Amino acid sequence: MANDTAAPQEHAHPGAGTYIKIALVLFVLTALEVGGYEVVHRGEPAGLAAMLAPIFVEVLLLLSALKFALVAMFYMHLKMDAKLFSTVFVFPLIIAVVVIVALIALFAYNAHVSAPLGG
Amino acid sequence: MSHDAAHALEHPPTATGLDTRKLAIWTFIGSECLFFASLIATYLVYHARIKSGPGPYPHDAWTAPDGTHFEPIFEIPLVTLGTALLLFSSFFVVLALNGAQKGNRRQLVGWLAATIACGMFFVGMQVYEFTHFVHKGLGFTTNLFSAPFYTLTGFHGTHVTVGVIWLVTMLVLAIRGKVPPAKALNLEMAALYWHFVDVVWIVIFPVVYLMR
Repeated sequence: MANDTAAPQEHAHPGAGTYIKIALVLFVLTALEVGGYEVVHRGEPAGLAAMLAPIFVEVLLLLSALKFALVAMFYMHLKMDAKLFSTVFVFPLIIAVVVIVALIALFAYNAHVSAPLGG
Repeated sequence: MSHDAAHALEHPPTATGLDTRKLAIWTFIGSECLFFASLIATYLVYHARIKSGPGPYPHDAWTAPDGTHFEPIFEIPLVTLGTALLLFSSFFVVLALNGAQKGNRRQLVGWLAATIACGMFFVGMQVYEFTHFVHKGLGFTTNLFSAPFYTLTGFHGTHVTVGVIWLVTMLVLAIRGKVPPAKALNLEMAALYWHFVDVVWIVIFPVVYLMR
């Protein structure tokens, strides 16, 4: 019985090859982030910069989420480990995102409502 | 008595079948998500109003009414290097853990030392950055950018420092041969904390340094 219940955590972690591939992807994604910043804010205000500027924040958030997921899934072994660990991590993470969005929305609304009154 | 038998006696099976120490570190990491979320939310809320107070500002030059000119203070290349090293340190610590699980002490000690070196560089980078900013006139209460910035990145830097101390402890134990495969979970918990510190920076770096 004890051996049966102990089974969920006995998953093999990936080997060095997988870790190297993930490291390379993380490096490329970081280079894209910084490269995008240089293009948008220091490049010519036309061409690629003009195309990228309106969606730059969204692109940054997407790249950041990708890197976050890769580290959590492969380096923190959430992909292979017991689902309970994922639950314990992902549930507060969802609350965290909701807190960030709610607070920003609240302050934006407050600024919108109070601006004509208080300046 | 074999290693496995001794290990089983030390940590009896749990109702979930999972090691409670690992569950505890995951629960701690989950609570830390909420802690950093509140700091990131505060930073973002004030980010739109960073020019409410006097400069210097992160991305833009500013001239005060008395004619004093302030250049933008962020040094993106240096912080990018720190970010890359922190990312690589996550890679190094999984290789160290891999060595611990296989009983390869040389791999364990080598990669753990590399992880610590990266962590120390990052902390040094942040100390330099804070000192540089203060010398440029950006105190904790200078404007609506500085207080949330120092609080957010300062708390992250404190976490990195704690992680470095934890990893140095593991390195000393590893050098003394006290991290055998049966005790690799001790390193795995330190590694999980270290990865968390890394993923938090993965969010902070673009939000603070790259978004304007």
